[in-house]
Amino acid sequence: MTPTPSRRQFLAGGAVLGTGAAALGAGAMRDPPGKGTGAHHRMEHGGGVNGPSFRAGATVDHSANGFHPSKVLRDFDYGQVSTTPDGRTVRQWDVFAADREVEVAPGVRFPAWTFNSRIPGPTLRCREGDLLRVRFVNGSAHPHTMHFHGIHPADMDGVPMVGRGVILPGESFTYTFDAEPFGLHLYHCHVGPLAEHIARGMYGTFIIDPPRDRPPADELVMVMHGYNTTFDGQSNQLYAVNGIPFHYMHEPVRVRRGELVRIYLINILEYDPINSFHIHGNFFDYYPTGTRLRPTEFTDTVVQGQGQRGICELRFPHPGRFMFHSHKTEFADLGWMGFFEVT
Amino acid sequence: MATTPDITDPDDTASPVDETPVAQSGVTTRGPLWVLALTAVAAIAVGLVALALLGGESLPTRNGPPVEKLAVERTVLRPSEIDVTVRNVGVDPVRIAQVFVNDTFVDVSGGTDPIKRLGTATVRLTYPWQDGQPYIVSLLTSSGLVIEHSIPAAVATPSSSGTLGLMALLGTYVGIIPIALGMLVLPLLRRSGPVVVRVLLALTVGLLAFLAVDGGIEAIEQSQLSGRAFGGPALVVLGAGLAFLVLTAIDGILKKRRQRADPSQPGGLRLAVMIAVGIGLHNLGEGLAIGSAYAIGELALGAFLVIGFALHNTTEGIAIVAPLATQRPSLLQLTALGLLAGAPAIPGAILGATVVNAELSALLLGVGVGAIAQVIVQITPALRPSSGQKLGPETIGAITAGVLVMYLTGLLVAA
Repeated sequence: MTPTPSRRQFLAGGAVLGTGAAALGAGAMRDPPGKGTGAHHRMEHGGGVNGPSFRAGATVDHSANGFHPSKVLRDFDYGQVSTTPDGRTVRQWDVFAADREVEVAPGVRFPAWTFNSRIPGPTLRCREGDLLRVRFVNGSAHPHTMHFHGIHPADMDGVPMVGRGVILPGESFTYTFDAEPFGLHLYHCHVGPLAEHIARGMYGTFIIDPPRDRPPADELVMVMHGYNTTFDGQSNQLYAVNGIPFHYMHEPVRVRRGELVRIYLINILEYDPINSFHIHGNFFDYYPTGTRLRPTEFTDTVVQGQGQRGICELRFPHPGRFMFHSHKTEFADLGWMGFFEVT
Repeated sequence: MATTPDITDPDDTASPVDETPVAQSGVTTRGPLWVLALTAVAAIAVGLVALALLGGESLPTRNGPPVEKLAVERTVLRPSEIDVTVRNVGVDPVRIAQVFVNDTFVDVSGGTDPIKRLGTATVRLTYPWQDGQPYIVSLLTSSGLVIEHSIPAAVATPSSSGTLGLMALLGTYVGIIPIALGMLVLPLLRRSGPVVVRVLLALTVGLLAFLAVDGGIEAIEQSQLSGRAFGGPALVVLGAGLAFLVLTAIDGILKKRRQRADPSQPGGLRLAVMIAVGIGLHNLGEGLAIGSAYAIGELALGAFLVIGFALHNTTEGIAIVAPLATQRPSLLQLTALGLLAGAPAIPGAILGATVVNAELSALLLGVGVGAIAQVIVQITPALRPSSGQKLGPETIGAITAGVLVMYLTGLLVAA
């Protein structure tokens, strides 16, 4: 597949990969996510018996935050691509750590530690067998690492006291390893105290595509996580997908009726042992960790422990609004819920 | 201190020592006193301003996170709605960003501005709460701090219109009627000798001592709930101290006026008035406790409560008439005494059920304690038998009995 570094180009790339003009049309018709705070698509939700809600009408300032959950959804970063003399694809990324104050709920400021100033960090995507170079620059005031899930040498594992170990503030290091095995993985900081380094926001999605592409689809990344705003290390006060609680209640995930939708679902929630994903009015094929091309289950609810992930594939036969949320309903009531809007 | 054999106030014989002309010594040859005073005040003011400006600059600022503290002062529950009134009892301004109830975020209105130190705000939560269930209201501040408030059992807050009448009735039942009943022992007292009167006064001291301790404990408990923005337990001491001093001053004024008018008249009525005032202030606090317990649905109304309070407060009526054994007060005077002691229960109950917060409760309960203490101080000299300085066994027995009676009748009151 043609490697493309930016997300706009990726939309085009996905179209090429798909069935040409039709998919391109779909991509263009899809509401360009994150245009402002969605003045024209903003929906009211919740309140009283209608379910949980923040203060009615209140939203976070996405532009001040520097990232937008509706963009994060379809934002895949393929890196800078080059080819070795022997024809091997090389992908290079620059990832930096930064301390950022993020408005995680309307009016609530969270002193986050981030990769590339966003929560979750960038979705790094490659193909099995690629040679990967991730140049990590620590611009944070705290020591960090990048620890990738995958198969790689010990000195590229991004943990303290092995290989380069901890990357101190101002320092940098390039993690170099082969992309294997294909599947849906993740990366996160691995500096102690580990739970806090992760819970502060230092995690992201790492997708290794199989040698032969999966069927073309409208692809979405959903990272399930939370915010322990009190820093008591006991549980979270806010739960979310892709950074901001209740975001997709205001701005539903827009998908097309009958089109294949593929959700890369990751659970990186800290402090609470499990999380879950449930979809209304539909069922999906589930590929645990995405490491096999056959689904293991046809269901509408999956449970994931910390660090677990899997791929969900489905088509929406009916138009309208369909809720999706954690079926650990406490998390749903505290922010982890949203809508698909099928058109 | 001089003592007199009977209840005509022992303090009456105290010599007027205050008349010494000490004031003149303040006049100096270097100018009028007020110039000196003004200069001193001005010098202190300049010094303080200089200290604030220069001293403040020389110290480092606090480098920790903001100190956010909110105390929930009042919770009003209406169908599908919870109003929470908070006071900032911390150092820094607090902004309530979002609120969750039992782990569910709820729509909130009000309280969007930062709450300044000692300022208050009310947030209205939309939440379909269920009768009798416990709830935890969690206020999520702009810095991510969670301030929790527990509602042990949700009960609809009574509407103020219906409450007024009910609290007036309740105040009458537990305040006015029992005291009037207690005062009915007066004819009996008249036929009794000085020993019986002394024993009854001793019983009264026992009763009052119990009330003072009981009210003091209640006041401290209330002050703990308040978040200590206005001093917490210190507020109780302040209320008690002020009440004690004010009543002492009033007593002094009454004494002087009476001496001027008719020096031969004994002080029994004055003592009765003071006891009635003290008990009245105590009943104000008691009314508050009843009213606020009712407002949060914790008061078990009914015959048990009324009878318990009636027994408890009937003894207060006896205390009021005890100094009147040798007097012939008019019916009007007796009625006034009874109302003075019992009627404050009504405004107390109304206040408690409608507007009062923990701090005001603590302060007013403290006032009751101070008032009672003052009354005890007044009665005590009259407990000594004419022959000697020491309390007789019958007096000590009566004090003990008074404490026990209050303790036992207090057990009947669940509020």
